[in-house]
Amino acid sequence: MVDEKDKPLSLVMFSGTDDKLTAAAVLAVGAAVMGRPVNLFLQYYALDAFRVGKVKADHAISPEATESQAPIIRGHKGQHWSELLKQAKDVGEVNIQACALSMDMFGIGREDLDPMVDGIEGVAAFMASVSDGQVVFI
Amino acid sequence: MSTLMSKLQIDKTIDARGMACPGPLMNLIGAIRQGQVGQVFEVLSSDEGSKTDIPAWLTKARHDLVEVVQDNGYTHFIVRKAR
Repeated sequence: MVDEKDKPLSLVMFSGTDDKLTAAAVLAVGAAVMGRPVNLFLQYYALDAFRVGKVKADHAISPEATESQAPIIRGHKGQHWSELLKQAKDVGEVNIQACALSMDMFGIGREDLDPMVDGIEGVAAFMASVSDGQVVFI
Repeated sequence: MSTLMSKLQIDKTIDARGMACPGPLMNLIGAIRQGQVGQVFEVLSSDEGSKTDIPAWLTKARHDLVEVVQDNGYTHFIVRKAR
């Protein structure tokens, strides 16, 4: 029997704002360092943020941030989400896949994606990698 | 500065004060991966998350947490690479 703690963590990354990308990256790095396989499935606006040359661009923050919270989040000294994901890949088993449907929707090709993206897959393949672990949608 | 109880010689100090979570833990992981078995590392962290993350990771990765000492605004973690 697989130890609960060793089950994969699978994140569906939907949101493309820097705050949510960062929150997802923090979860990914935490699971990776604790030895859990991590699957990231990039959809919609999150996928758009992984385009070559756009990773470090300003992706704004989500609308639920209030006027007073927004500058605090923007000014925080934490690492960029892309750096956190690189660290996660470096220390653990992290598989980043682009959603085939979103690729098609936005007219994005494999060559348009940052090299940290490992491949393109459909939702059934993602669900196969989820196995008996949890899915988190952000 | 408070007195550390352990008399172990520290091979490397990682001053991660001011870094945000999970920065100090990631720096420790990097140092342990590059280090030799038996080496002793000291991490200085002002990140509250380190207080839970560093012990949790050490348990999982099976390295030794020798000592934790709270200082003024930051924490010392003394860690031994066990394997």
